[in-house]
Amino acid sequence: MPRRSETGAPGAATSAMQLTGAIVVRLRKPARMRNIELGLLGFAFLLVAGAFVLVEFGAIGHLSSHWAIYLSALAVLVLVLHVVLRVTAPEADPFLVPIAVLLNGIGLAEIHRIDIAKDWTGWEALAIRQVVWTAIALVLGIVALILVRNHRVLQRYRYLAMLTGIVLLLLPMIPGLGKTVNGAQIWVGLGIASFQPGEFAKVALAVFFAGYLVTARDSLSMAGKRFLGLRLPRARDFGPLIVVFAASMLVLVVQRDLGTALLYFGLFLVMLYVATGRGSWIVIGLLLFGAGAWVASRFLDYVDRRLVGWLDAFNPAYVGDQSYQLVQGLFGMAAGGIFGTGLGQGRPSITPLSQSDFIVSALGEELGLVGLFAILALYLLFVGRGFRIAFAGVDDFSRLLAVGLGFAIALQVFIVVGGVTRVIPLTGLTTPFLAAGGSSLVANWIIVALLLRLSDGVRSGPRVIIESDDRARSAVHA
Amino acid sequence: MSSPRANHGSTSMTKELRRTSIIVLVMIASLFVSTSIIQVVDSDTLAAAPTNSRTFYANNSVNRGPILVAGSPVAYSVPSDGPIAYQRVYTDGPLYAPVTGYLTIGQGNTGLEAAMNDYLTGTNGGQFLDQLNAVLTGQRPAGAAVETTIDPAVQQAAWDALGDMTGAAIAIDPKTGKILALVSKPSYDPNELAVHDTAAVIQRYNELLKDPSDPLIDRAMNGNLDPPGSTFKLVVAAAALEDGYTSDSTFANPAALQLPQSSSVIHNISRGTCGSGDTVSIFDAVRLSCNIPMAELGQELTYQPIYEKANAFGFNQSIDIAGGAGLASTPSAYPRYLDVPQTMLSAFGQSDVRASPLQMAMVSMAIANGGTIMQPTLVDQVIGADQSTLVSFQPQVFGQPIDSTTAQALTAMMVAAVSNGASSGAQIPGISVAGKTGTAQNGTDEANTLWFTGFAPADDPQVVVAVVVQNGGGRGSTATGSAVAAPVAKAMIKAVMGQ
Repeated sequence: MPRRSETGAPGAATSAMQLTGAIVVRLRKPARMRNIELGLLGFAFLLVAGAFVLVEFGAIGHLSSHWAIYLSALAVLVLVLHVVLRVTAPEADPFLVPIAVLLNGIGLAEIHRIDIAKDWTGWEALAIRQVVWTAIALVLGIVALILVRNHRVLQRYRYLAMLTGIVLLLLPMIPGLGKTVNGAQIWVGLGIASFQPGEFAKVALAVFFAGYLVTARDSLSMAGKRFLGLRLPRARDFGPLIVVFAASMLVLVVQRDLGTALLYFGLFLVMLYVATGRGSWIVIGLLLFGAGAWVASRFLDYVDRRLVGWLDAFNPAYVGDQSYQLVQGLFGMAAGGIFGTGLGQGRPSITPLSQSDFIVSALGEELGLVGLFAILALYLLFVGRGFRIAFAGVDDFSRLLAVGLGFAIALQVFIVVGGVTRVIPLTGLTTPFLAAGGSSLVANWIIVALLLRLSDGVRSGPRVIIESDDRARSAVHA
Repeated sequence: MSSPRANHGSTSMTKELRRTSIIVLVMIASLFVSTSIIQVVDSDTLAAAPTNSRTFYANNSVNRGPILVAGSPVAYSVPSDGPIAYQRVYTDGPLYAPVTGYLTIGQGNTGLEAAMNDYLTGTNGGQFLDQLNAVLTGQRPAGAAVETTIDPAVQQAAWDALGDMTGAAIAIDPKTGKILALVSKPSYDPNELAVHDTAAVIQRYNELLKDPSDPLIDRAMNGNLDPPGSTFKLVVAAAALEDGYTSDSTFANPAALQLPQSSSVIHNISRGTCGSGDTVSIFDAVRLSCNIPMAELGQELTYQPIYEKANAFGFNQSIDIAGGAGLASTPSAYPRYLDVPQTMLSAFGQSDVRASPLQMAMVSMAIANGGTIMQPTLVDQVIGADQSTLVSFQPQVFGQPIDSTTAQALTAMMVAAVSNGASSGAQIPGISVAGKTGTAQNGTDEANTLWFTGFAPADDPQVVVAVVVQNGGGRGSTATGSAVAAPVAKAMIKAVMGQ
């Protein structure tokens, strides 16, 4: 399928080709997508710059010049990504990058704000590190876009992806390599830097699940016996579910990371459901995870503490101990109210880990309910774009991968924000794009790159608009 | 990639995608709901939580208004160099602790500091123009000053008279309800809890909390209240007089009385009869503070009239002494449903009857005031940073539990009790004092709780007082209200009368 009409001059909004006297074939002009993106990027830059101005005026009363340089450098990298998209994926979704930039930038502003409150400067300042990580994430995203020119390649490497995912998951358990931070053994130390391989495993596993389920869906969706209105899968098809369940429980028990375990397992269940159309998988999976979590709460002290701190957060015996962080986060959000204290005017630094796990409560305090609604709406829009790719996808692998990546973001937001706002027990996970943390940023920007590639694949498919002669003619002559 | 199949073609996956979209929508929608609940519905409750240090920061980031006693600040703010703009300072901290309360980082607030917080921080609705002005002019907003009703001379007299005893004293102007003295011992220094070091505050707070003498509790109105003992006879006598009895109504006068349906035997405090006669009047039973005739009266009167009269005096309800702003007493208790022997015990203030000095002062106030109780209050006025009066004290009637005839009859009994009866410890030369002592038993081996409540001068009351001293005032099991509690009351009355 030719990308451009032979008669279409570059830069023209629409090219039209008259095939017969009655039918006109119009071909879409890809530049339109990128122009929308550029416009949205300008808007996102403006909002992020505004957030930084407010943070610095609110917290220290004047502007510091070096931040203008950092932000400009990041903006240049974003524009490089934009140009790469114009060349390698001109029809990619125009909303994904601006949303990610806006979330990333607002997070950076709030992290900087808390650095000021904690009087952290130089390399000690998490915002400076976050700038470096954002740059690395953008570069790796660009690299991913250039390397993966056709998403079908990923399907071919599904077992490599599985291996990568499992190795990444197991890395922190290797003695000497793994590090325990805040009770969870999910870090790998590499001398100067450390990272959370679990964040990358999320991407690798989504690729594996999509590739595996596309080929295995037939046998997995074979009907078994009916029980309580559910059509149960055949016993021999339980294999993969048990494997993923076991991996999740391993993460839960050995790495003491409830959030990541929930994320992987939830991701797998939803992709399994979408691939097979069997609701019974979800019911069985949730029962399995519920039983596992219940057993864990009985035998693992840290799970029990989380559970008690969630259910009985305001018990005076817990507010200074296991529910301290949760309650301080709630106090911060309550102090923010509907309109927030204003950037740089609140006291988000009271809450422990307010730059990473609790960045949402920090933003809730300073931007108010209004700001949190806007942030949640941005996530919803981002996930919606992913699902749109899944709806419109030309092949089942890309559809499954798109829904997996989109759902991974949605589930992670739900687990973190739900934990901070007491919908579910608190688990340690980063808020995508917002929270301080390099691994998470890099992994999520790679998700952006993959979704961009998938969406370009969708749009690069046949897109012939056949119009009636009269309208086409009037359009041509207009 | 995938071949089109009837079951699992691209079109069939659309249904699953749509359902998954709904799952995502529900997940994110739950977050819209949870954030709304926290930041809108529950935000005030969360802000008021005692462990919320943000509230402390907010309270001390403005020039918090002072709390004044007779025009002099007993609590005020000074600029601080640290991250919190102002430091709270208390002059005579322990003396005024029941009045000011404390203002801590993360351990809650009490007293007027908590109840009048909106005014003190300048965030009350009435101070909106001040706030607007502060924003426009770039000045730091300043809070309003709270002027209390406390008379420093009476407060100091009660403090000195209580000495090192465990107890509390309260003095109220019966005509207006203004609280003139509010003292509790042992006390604490609010300055120690006002420091900006969270760890130090927690440590000191926990020390005070674990201190067996409970210094944080304002015994004048809170805590585990004591049985009122014989001071409660005033309530029972009032119920009787309003129920057709007179001061001269008589009862049998044995030296011991076995309670019905029970093997318990009660005695008068003298272990003998109440006076020498075969019978004894209500007047003499109150004057000489005898238990047996009061128990007989309780049995005849029955439970219900006593219960209703106690409630009319203010029992079983929390009294807010900051005009509804939230400085509330622990309700004094006259239990619901007592059987006959319990009712007889309650008639002299035992059984499960509990009372605060504030409550007993209100009983005396009704008697002193011709039957009317004025709403007790601690706040005289609130003066904004621009010197405008935001709140001005207006006397309010709390209730009228008895009529003036009953009040006169009870006054006569209380005058006789002091001049020629069991409460003689309150006599002041030249001043006619009306009063009633109480010596409440807390168990067989424990020291008694000693009481006094009354007013003076009897013919034109200027002040009503109530005093409680726990653990016999440290003077063993033979200490009486007349010997230990009455002198504290005397000191307060003298201070009011300018002696």
